[in-house]
Amino acid sequence: MPANAFNGHTDYGIGIGLRVPHYGHILEQKPVVDWFEIISENFMCGGGRPLEVLDRILEQYRVVQHGVSLYFGSADKPDREHLKRLKALVKRTQTPWLSDHLCWGSVDGTYTHDLLPMPYTRAAAKRTAAKIRHVRDYLEVPICVENVSSYAEFHASEMTEWEFLSEVVEQADCGILLDVNNIYVSSKNHDFSPYDYLNGVPHHRVGQMHIAGHTKFEKYLLDTHDHPVLDPVWQLYAHATRLCGVTATLLEWDDRIPSFNEVHDEALKANRFIAEAKTARKTTTAHARAR
Amino acid sequence: MPVRADSLRGLRAFQRLVKTAVTRPLAPGYRMQRRWSDGRSMAAVAAEFIKPNDRLTAFARLEIYNRMYWFRIIDSLHEDAPGLRAALGERKFSRLAVAYLTKHPSHSFTLRNLASRLEEFIRAEPRWTAPRTALAREIARFEWAQTVAFDEAARPVVTPADFARANPARLRLGLQPYLSLLVLEHPVDRYVLAVKKRDTLRAEASNATPSARPASGIRSVPLPRRERTWVAVHRLENMLYYKRLEAPAFKILTALREGATLDRAVAAAGRGVTPEQVQAWFALWAQLGWLCRWK
Repeated sequence: MPANAFNGHTDYGIGIGLRVPHYGHILEQKPVVDWFEIISENFMCGGGRPLEVLDRILEQYRVVQHGVSLYFGSADKPDREHLKRLKALVKRTQTPWLSDHLCWGSVDGTYTHDLLPMPYTRAAAKRTAAKIRHVRDYLEVPICVENVSSYAEFHASEMTEWEFLSEVVEQADCGILLDVNNIYVSSKNHDFSPYDYLNGVPHHRVGQMHIAGHTKFEKYLLDTHDHPVLDPVWQLYAHATRLCGVTATLLEWDDRIPSFNEVHDEALKANRFIAEAKTARKTTTAHARAR
Repeated sequence: MPVRADSLRGLRAFQRLVKTAVTRPLAPGYRMQRRWSDGRSMAAVAAEFIKPNDRLTAFARLEIYNRMYWFRIIDSLHEDAPGLRAALGERKFSRLAVAYLTKHPSHSFTLRNLASRLEEFIRAEPRWTAPRTALAREIARFEWAQTVAFDEAARPVVTPADFARANPARLRLGLQPYLSLLVLEHPVDRYVLAVKKRDTLRAEASNATPSARPASGIRSVPLPRRERTWVAVHRLENMLYYKRLEAPAFKILTALREGATLDRAVAAAGRGVTPEQVQAWFALWAQLGWLCRWK
């Protein structure tokens, strides 16, 4: 399912996040990159250097918007000014799909600037799905929601995280940005099998994947995006690719950012797992035909 | 009583509870406070809504979020206020930051706006910056003006040729939204530049061999002495600039921003200003792209 309604029927390959330390290299060297993911909020401004850089990037590259503050799971209504600015940016970038997180982070107009986990309840799923639909209808662009990494679970929850994710995306009829690193981090923090998670979500709705590095502490894992991707995450990525098909994939590296080439090379390691997944799918198909 | 989050109302109540817990100021040592606002044990309160696991208590899990919240927003303010940090010192700045962000948590989707009310807070609660409150207010205003200059919108410019034939008694000119006009009692522009230069030297020194000593003179920047200055904080070709202005020029620009007609704005400059001076200023402002249509 490389191209589906949730990623605008595109067939993007392996991208990386557009980050300030790499601006000079990208604008001067014009490296070959399948696509860049931008953090929408960094460009939802009136003008100045951010939009100048973005416009120069858009002349050369395909760009997909990823947000961190829509807070689909917040009980608050979507902020109109926020949506207006986001729509202006969507028009500018022509992003084929837009992603943000399955989380909350603001209440009564106060923002925590964090991706806080949801209580996995039916009421929360219903509210979240309604907000996703509202945002999609306003922005007129397909939406993919991303599973977050988390460090706490709530007594209020009535289902697993992957059941909640599935419930939300089915009700909203939207896509999934499957972050396999987040699944891994949360699986270690909450003692579940990441493979149960991967097997339990609607694969046909996956429009994009994220991979990233994390940090191991004594009692928990922290989603730091400041390392190369760890091996168990690559294994999960391979499994996800077997289940979902080859999907637009993005490496997130947000802290202690190394050179552009180092980040890009790390992202391109995904090709190995994509090739393995393709072979496995061909073998499975051939076996099925033989029977 | 556990919060259930099984209705929209319940979800809102749940989120209010978690937000309050996550945003409460940290205790000394960057730990979560041991007591809830009503005096109950925080461990008991956390256990009401967070599940423990075999490695972390509910308290410890909540503390991860509490710490991340404060580290994130203080880091952000830290980055936006190098001059204020240098003037107050790191410890005093941190206390100011916590007090400010407790009273004025973010109401914006972007961290860019975090310092928008800092000057107002310093004025309202001078104890956090005493005895340098006057200077701290000016630096906070100046550093916020830099944020505005960086990415605020630009409007189509007008040039003297565009308004040469207009009636000055009726013509109003706008100024670019990204342009801030500041009258300062200290030369904060030079001070902030000196702090940035010092920080750059420090960064370069830290990349040198470990035995290398930092070059002399990069440790501290002398605080500015009182000296009234009129400064424009702006951008040109998307680079940040500060421009010193003469007092009459500042008065004209301020009058224009407040909506005065051209003739009244020029009159605001006072006596002793020649038509040639005024012409030269307008030509320069037009060249810098500061003038735009009155909205």
